Amino acid sequence: MDRFDELILTIITALPFAAALALLLWPGERPKQWKYFSLLIAFASAVLSLYVLLQYNQHFGSADEKYQFVNQWEWLPSLGISFHVGVDGISAVMIFMTGIVYVAAMLMTWSTDRRVRDYLILLHVLTGGVYGTFVSIDLFFLFFFYEIAVLPMFLLIAFWGSSSENLRVYLAGWRTNFGRTKEYGAMKLVIFLVAGSIVIWIALLAIYVESGANSFDLIELQKTGYGDVFARVFFPFLMLGFGLLAGLWPLHTWSPDGHVAAPTSVSMLHAGVLMKLGAYGIIRVGVEVLPNGAQDWGMVLVILGTINIVYGAVSALSQRDLKYMIGYSSVSHMGYVMVGIGTLSSIGMSGAVLQMFAHGVMTALFFTLVGFIYEKSHSRSFGSDGEIESGVSINALNGLAKVMPVGSFMFAIAGLASLGLPGLSGFVAELLVFIGLFQTYPWAGVLAVVGAAITAIYILRLMAMVFFGTPDKRWANLPDIAMPQRITGVILIASMFTIGLMPFYFLELIDSSVELIGAIAR
Amino acid sequence: MSANVNVNLLTPEFILAGMGLLVLSLDLVLPKARRGILPWIGVAGLIAAVATALIYRWDRVEELYGGVFIADRYSLFFFAFLVILGGAVMIASVDYVKQHIKFPGEYYGILIFSILGMVLMASAGELLTAYIAMELLSFSLYVLVALRKYDSKSNESAAKYILLGAFSSAIMLYGISMVWGVTGTTFYDGIAAHLTANPDLDIGLIVGLSLIVAGLGFKVAAVPFHMWAPDVYEGAPTPVTAYLAIGSKAAAFALILRLFSEGLLPAIEDWRVLIATLAAATMVLGNLVAIRQENIKRMLAYSSIGQVGYLLLGVASLGVVDAGGAVVFSERASTGIMVHLVGYAVANLAAFLVVAVVYSRTGSDQISDYRGLAKKSPYLSLVLSVALFSLAGLPFFAGFVTKFYLFTAGAEAGFLWLSGLAMVASLVSLYYYLRVIQRAYVDQPSEGDEETAVERSTFFVPLTSWLMLGVLFVGMILIGVWPTELAAAADSASDALGTVRDVSTALVR
Repeated sequence: MDRFDELILTIITALPFAAALALLLWPGERPKQWKYFSLLIAFASAVLSLYVLLQYNQHFGSADEKYQFVNQWEWLPSLGISFHVGVDGISAVMIFMTGIVYVAAMLMTWSTDRRVRDYLILLHVLTGGVYGTFVSIDLFFLFFFYEIAVLPMFLLIAFWGSSSENLRVYLAGWRTNFGRTKEYGAMKLVIFLVAGSIVIWIALLAIYVESGANSFDLIELQKTGYGDVFARVFFPFLMLGFGLLAGLWPLHTWSPDGHVAAPTSVSMLHAGVLMKLGAYGIIRVGVEVLPNGAQDWGMVLVILGTINIVYGAVSALSQRDLKYMIGYSSVSHMGYVMVGIGTLSSIGMSGAVLQMFAHGVMTALFFTLVGFIYEKSHSRSFGSDGEIESGVSINALNGLAKVMPVGSFMFAIAGLASLGLPGLSGFVAELLVFIGLFQTYPWAGVLAVVGAAITAIYILRLMAMVFFGTPDKRWANLPDIAMPQRITGVILIASMFTIGLMPFYFLELIDSSVELIGAIAR
Repeated sequence: MSANVNVNLLTPEFILAGMGLLVLSLDLVLPKARRGILPWIGVAGLIAAVATALIYRWDRVEELYGGVFIADRYSLFFFAFLVILGGAVMIASVDYVKQHIKFPGEYYGILIFSILGMVLMASAGELLTAYIAMELLSFSLYVLVALRKYDSKSNESAAKYILLGAFSSAIMLYGISMVWGVTGTTFYDGIAAHLTANPDLDIGLIVGLSLIVAGLGFKVAAVPFHMWAPDVYEGAPTPVTAYLAIGSKAAAFALILRLFSEGLLPAIEDWRVLIATLAAATMVLGNLVAIRQENIKRMLAYSSIGQVGYLLLGVASLGVVDAGGAVVFSERASTGIMVHLVGYAVANLAAFLVVAVVYSRTGSDQISDYRGLAKKSPYLSLVLSVALFSLAGLPFFAGFVTKFYLFTAGAEAGFLWLSGLAMVASLVSLYYYLRVIQRAYVDQPSEGDEETAVERSTFFVPLTSWLMLGVLFVGMILIGVWPTELAAAADSASDALGTVRDVSTALVR
């Protein structure tokens, strides 16, 4: 193992922060340069992440080493904290996905013109936090980066976001008007997420004190056998705290509001990678440190996750705003991840990890396209909704396939991936989760399949309403998607097909690590 | 008993006292136009004092006058910290004083005297010495608070501060006399020896210690002794407010830490719940009331009350009872307190300095007037946001690491619930900090809104303040990402507290 392999994870984590610093100190007002620079950094990170993915299990002789590319620095020896990085199969896949979405999100900043410098800085910090969380194997640093990833969201949404006004929603069958400002979305998101991290923090301290090992090192803590009572008490803290970020029902309400208010690249990073941090945290900290707690609470996680799937899908069905619909579909899709983890079977868990990747890429594509449509048409409404003037809905989108064929085609692919068409990313992941689920909790499996069916309904209905038919004359002059969106789309679609057509490469990686998790029933 | 009278040991303190006198008297002879040099003379003196102390006392553990004055790593840590802090406040007030205060000589001279009081509080090994040092600090602060004597708000706050301050000093002194009456000593180690020998507390001792806690509680503005703080903070000149919120609190905690760990530790079972209750009340009330504040100085006042709650959590965790029933000093808690004090000081000073600069441009301290700050001065709003994030305890910045340290120590001492409460209180604080940040960055004037004071004013940040803000900004991030050295220094200071120096003579006194 050479020096480069030791340092690569640190470089990947440090690169976005270095970029943020460079932008902070960049003299003059040169938005174009900043954007190219940011894209370059994102691209470099993605390439490095790809290198880690490809070299994982290749370089290290024995595949049974749990963490690879390990490096460690002393940081706070008196508390037993060190900067300790390393990846296993799960995090290797995750950082690769982060790299893809990072590049895509940076491409989406092309149309930003307000305070470009600040915007890019915050995006880099956000991504750096995500990378750091995935590669840390010290509990303190995992939490440290986790919080960093949450921190920039407030300003990103509150300043660059957009408010929703006069939406029509169905509330228990009644149609009502409502509007939510971006400040509301931002504040709600941050308060929710920090509240979740407090719950995590309490559990961390309890775990640290209980172990008596005077160390925050995950490897050390995973060796400690915790008592059943302790695990039973504190696993829910981790499950709910991390679950909150993953959109676990009933703590998901911040997520659609936040997504809707956020600007495009933030929605992409947020739904694409940030929510995955929550699910990842449940696996890495919850299941791996407190396996006996996971066994006690696995069923609860399955129940909540199933509610996520069905409730999210039903909510998405009743949305008449594109972003809200995708926000709720994210809630629904994250349900598969939660359920997969809850099964505690190696097949369900692998499916969950693959679903994280699949959903990350797919939702990024959704937000790319919706962001573009909104930017050009200033409308996100569809169907029978929107502002009604003399009986005619005046801003409902329709017939877009005629005016933006490429965009519609890409949207269709994302939609098909979302409803689990074979050959695309969602299929394999959901299939694995279903298999795991039918092996353990068949009733939940039935409900999950029902959820997938509802997904098909709302996706196809959305396609029919928004893209097919004759375009209203208001939309007749909309342009087709521009170059940045096209590149983004190609990258994301390529990765969807990669997983869809050769899932076994990824599964092998993921499986090799899932097998090592103590709580997994084989 | 051979009392050690190595007076040379006091050289750094002598330098401080001499500098104070020098600055005061130079003010008389210097022509008005040249008085701008006074703070820099003062800062040079402070640097000299810190350098002398570091060189001369680095590895020295000595007691002076039979334990009245203790020179050890702990004193040295706080000497360096408090003097640097005082110097930072001095530099931070240069621009403000030039503009708003008529008596620079008095201001800087008295500031130096108060620094002397602070460092003595950290080195005192005995209650009366600690009390006198504290009074030196308090009297200096009374004057500083009242220094804008043509401003009725400043006068009002000074009157409140003096009356309540004198009252609390009297209470504390009464407590000291009762402790002396029961134990026959005012030395910390003597009290410890008494407590070890008589595990059942005498009622007089309980009353006496409670009175001392009440007196100290007033100085640090712990609930329910906090009523004075917001009014005084609001009326005092802003740099003085910063100094009150940071310096006097840090010094009081230096005293508390030594008193509780060297004197009262054997009786920890009797007071830890009391302190924990105070801590809980302080952090909850301080942070909740801060939500409602419209004046940024009052908001920061309440938030600093909340911060005291976190520090008291550390005090309650100072001892861990081990399996054998013996009380073991928790170095982690005392290190946590010290580290958090440093992090809190840097962040709070930065926040107050921004407030001072904004005030000298706009004449307003209202949060609503901060709209447009990001446009007028990106630098100020960046530093303000970072300072507030740090106070809220978000990572990258000092507050996260220091809180983590403190709360870990709390959890380890069995106060997981209190640590959890402290985190929830931090969440509340994040909410009202975010409102300020939202005001500065996000809010746009809607139609019909009047221009805010910030939007009306022309903005530039004076050079001294600009540099000082830069230093504090770097400091916050440095502590946030590389606290290793700071924690090591605080650890060695805690070591000094944990070591029992020589108690064989303690009972003889």
